[in-house]
Amino acid sequence: MSSLWEYANPQKFMRTSSVLLPVFAVAAAISLGVGLVWGFFLTPEAENFGSTVKIIYIHVPSAMMAINAWVMMLVTSLIWLVRRHHVSALAARAAAPIGMTMTLIALVTGAIWGEPMWGTYWVWDPRLTSFLILFLFYLGYIALWEAIENPDAAADLTSVLCIVGSVFAVLSRYAVNFWSQGLHQGASLSLDKKENVADVFYIPLLLCIAGFVCLFVALVLLRTRTEIRARRIRAMIARERMA
Amino acid sequence: MIALLQRDLKLAIRAGGGFGLGLAFFLIVVVLVPFGVGSDSGLLAAIAPGILWVGALLACLLSLDRIFALDHEDGSLDLLATAPIPLEGAVAMKAAAHWVTTGLPLTLAAPGLGLLLNLPASGYGWLAASLALGTPALSMIGSFGAALTVGLKRGGLLLSLLVLPLYVPTLIFGAEAVARGIDGRDTGTPLLMLAAITLAATALLPFAAAAAIRINLR
Amino acid sequence: MELVVTDLACARGGVPVLEGVDFTLVAGQALMLRGPNGIGKTTLLRTLAGLQPPLAGSVSAPTESIAYAAHADGLKATLTVTENLTFWARIFGQTDIAPAIEAFDLADLAGRPAQNLSAGQKRRLGLARLLVTGRPIWMLDEPTVSLDAASVAQFGRAVARHLDRGGAALIATHIDLGFEAGVLDVSAFRARPRRIDSFDEAFA
Repeated sequence: MSSLWEYANPQKFMRTSSVLLPVFAVAAAISLGVGLVWGFFLTPEAENFGSTVKIIYIHVPSAMMAINAWVMMLVTSLIWLVRRHHVSALAARAAAPIGMTMTLIALVTGAIWGEPMWGTYWVWDPRLTSFLILFLFYLGYIALWEAIENPDAAADLTSVLCIVGSVFAVLSRYAVNFWSQGLHQGASLSLDKKENVADVFYIPLLLCIAGFVCLFVALVLLRTRTEIRARRIRAMIARERMA
Repeated sequence: MIALLQRDLKLAIRAGGGFGLGLAFFLIVVVLVPFGVGSDSGLLAAIAPGILWVGALLACLLSLDRIFALDHEDGSLDLLATAPIPLEGAVAMKAAAHWVTTGLPLTLAAPGLGLLLNLPASGYGWLAASLALGTPALSMIGSFGAALTVGLKRGGLLLSLLVLPLYVPTLIFGAEAVARGIDGRDTGTPLLMLAAITLAATALLPFAAAAAIRINLR
Repeated sequence: MELVVTDLACARGGVPVLEGVDFTLVAGQALMLRGPNGIGKTTLLRTLAGLQPPLAGSVSAPTESIAYAAHADGLKATLTVTENLTFWARIFGQTDIAPAIEAFDLADLAGRPAQNLSAGQKRRLGLARLLVTGRPIWMLDEPTVSLDAASVAQFGRAVARHLDRGGAALIATHIDLGFEAGVLDVSAFRARPRRIDSFDEAFA
């Protein structure tokens, strides 16, 4: 029986990901294309929101992926620290800029939506503030990766930062809730309780979320492959220098 | 380990040790704020808890990179890592020394500086209490950040970038405790949260910081 | 008291530099590490001292038996000679610094802050620190840098005395210290560059 850990072998990873990458890329293109066209042009305007409601097709999936990317980094960091699989560390490194971009998209689309809804681009609302803090965590994490030359030491240190940062991120979430009661509506989407979002919006939204998940996976695979190739080049250069 | 604490305190008060710099920086921040926001005493009183907490936090941040960088440069850190005392203990002692030389003086000076910002009379006790409970966490979290960046040539800016998001909960609960104290509302929750952060940081972060130092030394 | 190194490999900055290092160091013995600059003498010493993990192989020595001294002495400029030594003695659980002061002729300088010492005097203080650790195996990385001839001789005598008392020393130096010592040429253990055919080998 083959073990999941076999995919941590760089060569096996390169082989498997070369097959998976186009699959996820095509799946992302299809579901995002259909979901966005359906959402933007084929749904009615909500009575109390107007056409601005349609930004949820980008805002909600990107916000979900912003958090999921951090969770993925936490898991891969733990795997690196415990089992020393290089692919795991490189996947964490690859996911960080994508997660940061998702956070930025969620913040910007939120600001654009906030203006017609609340009359202001920015309020220090708990949810918005939490995302801003998450953005800072991403920034620090990426900066630490870039600052350290030895790749193994960088992987170790960023993993430790990711674990400690996760604890503080959760703590910040509660602190921020305690600090300010906000304007933002509660989580309006869950799989078992969909009454918050009307049915007409629900299916294209699910498609967009699936599209963002596939896009994220495809981008992480692509970037991890790039990181592995970069490591190989590094090793070859080092060998040249020794010979 | 007490020897390490004593040495760090001795180094801090000798020439060039930087003792008092944080305090002076705190004073300057507090003096600059009225120039920026205007001299309206009502406004100053309203923002005083936040300004005092942010000022204390920045003053603390200023001296963080000294915690391990100097010991790294002169080789002391190598020797401490091979010494019989656990590196985790050494980290905790160095954080404690940092608190005694920055957090403690800031706590004692803050009520005096509160005067400059028209802090309402009912706030002084809460300010001192919240700083006393919260600043040890700032030193401990800062030591963790300093441990992450100890091997880097110019790690100061990166250190700030890493540490500031980690300071958010402490700042929120600290400033909130003072604001609530002034309004006569219940301060139990924020003060307990501050104490919890300080205790948890003191219990757990030395392990993370020592791990980071070992990684940086190799 | 014995240091046994078996098939040790170590890396600097993630790149393997030495492999297959094998030797034994027993009480009363000194070994000189030789080899050109950049061959990995410092890396080897740091690995043996436990500051970095070996890539492969094993180092066996009694626990807490190794005292490591590198180019940086771990001295604080504003502390006096006595304060510096007392601090390290306390960290290593020792109390008596008098033998160290005497061995390196530091009595006249005892009350001076380290910043007022010359480079050679500082070096002597840094080496005196080895004595206050009370540990038997000394690992010294270029210990004679900035020492004059008389100080080198003095240092040689201190190491010889340490060996007589059942200590051992591993010293990276090219200078003759005036006592009998074995030589370990590190260049023999230079890691051979491996062919990188697959992606796996890029990850040491």
